[in-house]
Amino acid sequence: MKEVHQDNKRHGKTYKYGMVVDLDKCTGCGACMVACMAENNLPFRKENTNDRLTQNFWMRVYKISNGLSFPDTEICYIPRPCQHCEGRGHHHGTPCVSVCPATATDYSHETGIVSQIYTRCFGCRYCMAACPYHVRVFNWWDPRWPKGMNKSLNPDVSVRMRGVVEKCSFCYHRLQRARNKAYAEGRRELHEDEYQTACTQACPAGAITFGDLDNQKHKVYNLKDNPYAFRLLEKLGTNPKVYYLSTKDWARKAGEVFVGNEGRG
Amino acid sequence: MRFFKKFSELDSALIPEGVKRCSFQCFLVWIGILHIPILIGVVATVMCWGLALNVTYLNNNYPFGLWIAADLGVIALGAGAFFTGFLRYIVKIDELKNIVNYAVVIGVICYAAAQGILGIDIGQPLRGWFIFWHANVHSMLTEVAFCITCYFVVLCIEYFPLILENRQIHKFGFPHGVAHHLHEAMPTIAAIGVFLSFFHQGSLGGVPGVLYGRPFAFREGFLVWPWTFFLFILSAIACGPCFTILITRITEACARKRLVKKNVIDILAKISGRMLVLYLVLKTIDTLYWVKVAGDVGAPFNSFYANQPYGIWVLITELGILGVIPAIILLIKSARQNEVLLILACLLNCSGIFMNRWIMTVQSLAVPVMSFDKFISYHPNWVEYATTFVFVWVGAVVIMLSYRYLPIFPQEKELNPL
Repeated sequence: MKEVHQDNKRHGKTYKYGMVVDLDKCTGCGACMVACMAENNLPFRKENTNDRLTQNFWMRVYKISNGLSFPDTEICYIPRPCQHCEGRGHHHGTPCVSVCPATATDYSHETGIVSQIYTRCFGCRYCMAACPYHVRVFNWWDPRWPKGMNKSLNPDVSVRMRGVVEKCSFCYHRLQRARNKAYAEGRRELHEDEYQTACTQACPAGAITFGDLDNQKHKVYNLKDNPYAFRLLEKLGTNPKVYYLSTKDWARKAGEVFVGNEGRG
Repeated sequence: MRFFKKFSELDSALIPEGVKRCSFQCFLVWIGILHIPILIGVVATVMCWGLALNVTYLNNNYPFGLWIAADLGVIALGAGAFFTGFLRYIVKIDELKNIVNYAVVIGVICYAAAQGILGIDIGQPLRGWFIFWHANVHSMLTEVAFCITCYFVVLCIEYFPLILENRQIHKFGFPHGVAHHLHEAMPTIAAIGVFLSFFHQGSLGGVPGVLYGRPFAFREGFLVWPWTFFLFILSAIACGPCFTILITRITEACARKRLVKKNVIDILAKISGRMLVLYLVLKTIDTLYWVKVAGDVGAPFNSFYANQPYGIWVLITELGILGVIPAIILLIKSARQNEVLLILACLLNCSGIFMNRWIMTVQSLAVPVMSFDKFISYHPNWVEYATTFVFVWVGAVVIMLSYRYLPIFPQEKELNPL
């Protein structure tokens, strides 16, 4: 496993894992959220399930509308995982990574994934303030699961303690697992379908596509260049790796910065 | 009763010679009263550490709240210590020797408060040392942590000779000698303090200023430092002396006597006024430039003030009522020499700094960034208030002890002959 990593580094082989979400296909069913919570051992509390301010989601689906009244009303759902921002230049690195005082989060130039080291995070929450997408969440409570549910926890993902920040990892443990398998089979390259996030696989409408944005063989390579593709808050320069597709002009406009008409969501 | 009498005698023996203090009973009653809110604060702190931070009103939209705003605020208010030291030991304004001791005491309290609040604010207090061990040199918070800790040590070194000058300790040769040598070294210590203070006051400004994902907070700047870096230094210099004046006047009101001559206060007020004017000019330029830069990324100026309670009144109050008015009072000699107006100016100036720190942290998070974000309001709960204000009450106890037993005010004897 380590050898595969080092071999890639030696040959300058880098990946840029990213996602393309087709908003025209998304029905807002929330299967991606459920899959994400189950896959990544997100705790939840019975009495607080609908509290979006303290309940933690790595993947969150926003519902937006065009603001028109019936019969012109149109609805769109925006699934929002971590955007795994690349940032631009030395002084504008990934917004959350550059501010973390304890180096508890890192941008991998090998995979393009922003990681979080839970055992190093001391809970200052500066990264949360830096993230304009509200991707990062804090463990306000000790993690708890309903009785018996702890038996179904994913052994590949560490459970986070209270007082630390967490966020979507693009199911990094799945990448590690796929690499292990490839190494055992004597391969260095992963097939596109070998590494897929839980939300991608759970989406019944096939709205989420995941892969290497720099690899011509992967679907996301062409999808990201679709004329209807956009990214959230592009003008800020965060350079995210999650793209969205929508044929609706007003939905594409939702990716821009807040201009005062709050509550469209 | 005999036990109490013994303590009373001990108390009398510790009080500096030639000055009058309230009775030991009266002193104990006040200390006891202050311990009631301190106890409430301790209970709130134990709740935060024991039950986790869900006992506060902080949430995923507001990871920063009252604590961070108070942190930035008290450090700015404590800037009176380094700036008075700078004026006394480096610029050599000799009259300030009559207030520099008290500025140091206030500084120690402010910086201890800031570190104490941070100790409650972080989710894993036992890992607080990670900020030094796993330091990310690109983070403004790392710079803050290092400089504040170092400067707190400097402040303690500045406070230490005051303790050694206690009537009973001073009798011994060794502490006497140490105090003397520390006094001799004070210009060097003050210079180190000034250097460290410039960096941590500035890097506190950098904390919101570098957040380029938050157009409300983000500022461009010079090299790695956003403009807020320099504005925070200047605003701290402008309000720190005013806070020193304010606390001195409160102490005088409690002690019912003058402790510092008017000309000393006047020097500080005058310098504070000039600094405030300079700050307001630069802040206005910064605000105008910020409007343009934010507009370039698609965030129009009025979008920042579209949600109540953070309407345009916030900007007007911060710069106008809490900025221009105190600046005018402090600049005009006859106005600042009027006791009521001086206190008003100091109050407005100190409130202005706290409001600025709240705006740069909490309002920065309040302003939605994504177009489909909803504005969510935040107000602190009793746990946050109790843990923040506990440092005010502890500070009051430290001031009472320092005033009672240490020769802090060199002019006290002259102004209040027995």
